[in-house]
Amino acid sequence: MKVLVPVKRVIDYNVKVRVKGDGSGVDLANVKMSMNPFDEIACEAAIRMKESGAVEEVIAVSIGVKQAQETLRTALAMGCDRAILIVATDDVHTDIEPLAVAKLLKAVVDAEEPGLVICGKQAIDNDMNATGQMLSALLGWSQATFASKIDIDGDHATVKREVDGGMQSIKVKMPAVISVDLRLNEPRYASLPNIMKAKKKPLDEKTPEDYGVDVSPRLEVVKTAEPPERDAGIIVKSVDELLDKLKNEAGVI
Amino acid sequence: MKTSAPADHDDLRDALRALCADFPAAYHRRHGADETYPEEFIDALTKAGWMAAMIPAEFGGSGLGLTEASIVMEEINRAGGNAGHCHGQMYNMSTLLRHGSEAQKKSYLPKVASGELRLQSMAVTEPTTGTDTTKLKTTAVKKGNDRYVINGQKVWISRVQHSDLMILLARTTPLSEVKRKSEGLSVFLLELAQVVGKGMEVKPIANMVGHETNELFFDDLEIPAETLIGEEGQGFRYILDGLNAERALIAAECIGDGYWFVEKASRYANERQVFGRPIGQNQGIQFPIARAFVNVEAANLMRFEACRRFDAGEPAGAQANMAKLLAADASWEAANACLQTFGGFGFAEEYDVERKFRETRLYQVAPISTNLILSYVAEHILDMPRSF
Repeated sequence: MKVLVPVKRVIDYNVKVRVKGDGSGVDLANVKMSMNPFDEIACEAAIRMKESGAVEEVIAVSIGVKQAQETLRTALAMGCDRAILIVATDDVHTDIEPLAVAKLLKAVVDAEEPGLVICGKQAIDNDMNATGQMLSALLGWSQATFASKIDIDGDHATVKREVDGGMQSIKVKMPAVISVDLRLNEPRYASLPNIMKAKKKPLDEKTPEDYGVDVSPRLEVVKTAEPPERDAGIIVKSVDELLDKLKNEAGVI
Repeated sequence: MKTSAPADHDDLRDALRALCADFPAAYHRRHGADETYPEEFIDALTKAGWMAAMIPAEFGGSGLGLTEASIVMEEINRAGGNAGHCHGQMYNMSTLLRHGSEAQKKSYLPKVASGELRLQSMAVTEPTTGTDTTKLKTTAVKKGNDRYVINGQKVWISRVQHSDLMILLARTTPLSEVKRKSEGLSVFLLELAQVVGKGMEVKPIANMVGHETNELFFDDLEIPAETLIGEEGQGFRYILDGLNAERALIAAECIGDGYWFVEKASRYANERQVFGRPIGQNQGIQFPIARAFVNVEAANLMRFEACRRFDAGEPAGAQANMAKLLAADASWEAANACLQTFGGFGFAEEYDVERKFRETRLYQVAPISTNLILSYVAEHILDMPRSF
């Protein structure tokens, strides 16, 4: 079985995000970019399946700017076998929308015929949490989101999901799209020999036109704003004063 | 913090930073205070292939150059660690690699690459012979066809207790019988398990930075003749290659330290409030940090030039020495600016500034003192008379 792992190049989780002066988005010029952390977990899951013998090949795919090939090299250094880069824009500030990404991924699935897609539950830049679900709908495949444990058994997969209020185990028919949550595994860091090997692994470059997919935006970002700064607290002298302030100043009771 | 370093090696840096992040400041602080060797950290670096960066692929390494090796050292120090615990392997490697026989390389390099053996120690310096290497008094006298007998003493020989192999420089032909004083010295590769307690004694030296370093005493130590590296009498030349590599690596460590100090100082200057505003708002605080950063950046350019020349097989002695001087000065300046910014808190162990301060101070002295680099530059680059 082949496994397809979509990975996204996002602003590094350590970087302090700055909103652009005109409010049109987040400033990404000269900012450190990395693989979306949830996608690292997805890569790790797929690579472990390969190491256990359940999977023959792991293909990483990224959609976005040309620089996403660095992200794919990271996936290859972790242990993915080959990579596909779909260059869909040359502007680092253009975010390809989930539906367009899902359509492109469907086209890649049609071409590569994997038995499983493992993806991150969401990208940490825009937190859409949509692509995996859309892809499963477009493919007509089962979906299992927010996975914290995955067991593949022949034509079924048992997935433990992180849901509000607890854990849920579901059994889904293969082929499936599984989106992974934070606690599924701890991704490995690449070793030096594997970084060197990754440089020689195949990385195919494609365009949306190759797959006949239109990636023009359907959403418009109206405004991006920094979260409001939190004011300092005050110490009240008595319960009565607290009640008074809650009632008359904060208006919460 | 954005630096001027080329982005070519960002993939290596990312992976190294991820590894180093598993060993936070508290880990290095504990090993510093207890004067113990950071085994787990060195093992993790070895397992992930970093200590074998320069070993050719055919022997199980990654076949990279000094540039990449120096990035490993820089990132260790930049992450708050001390590459002094493991840098020996990188430069000792080049002696074995460039001058060892096929048989020696085949028998040792794969094991060094896999981490089964460590090649961390080099015994050159003697109590009465520092930089004046050709005057060293340790002798290796041929006995029959298949043995050498070693007598003498070495000092400041680091990592011997945490290494399996050691490179030894000894005189095989007396100084009075050679045409040039740099001749008559030979390099041997010793397996430490075969010699410690059997003619070689190790006496640890307690010191300021908790670095594992020792005195060695050789008393009729017999070693097999096949431990000789290259030709008898040509050892000084073989060691020099390693020394240039060592200087560039140390420069990279200083640069890692320098960035660590600048980052630490500027963050603290932003956070620490006195008289209702961050202390970093005072030019008296920010200018020394800014200047230190400028000097670390400048030193970094010379470090990359030294590495480039070394990797291209061009003469790199001048650049390696100058990079070491610039980088050691820059890291020491950054250390002072950082300690001053922290004020009294800089002396508290929990901020790591005092530990890094002591560690980076060493590089004004070792592996070659700043004055001797100036002498080298004056004599060999500017054609002025030799001053000693």
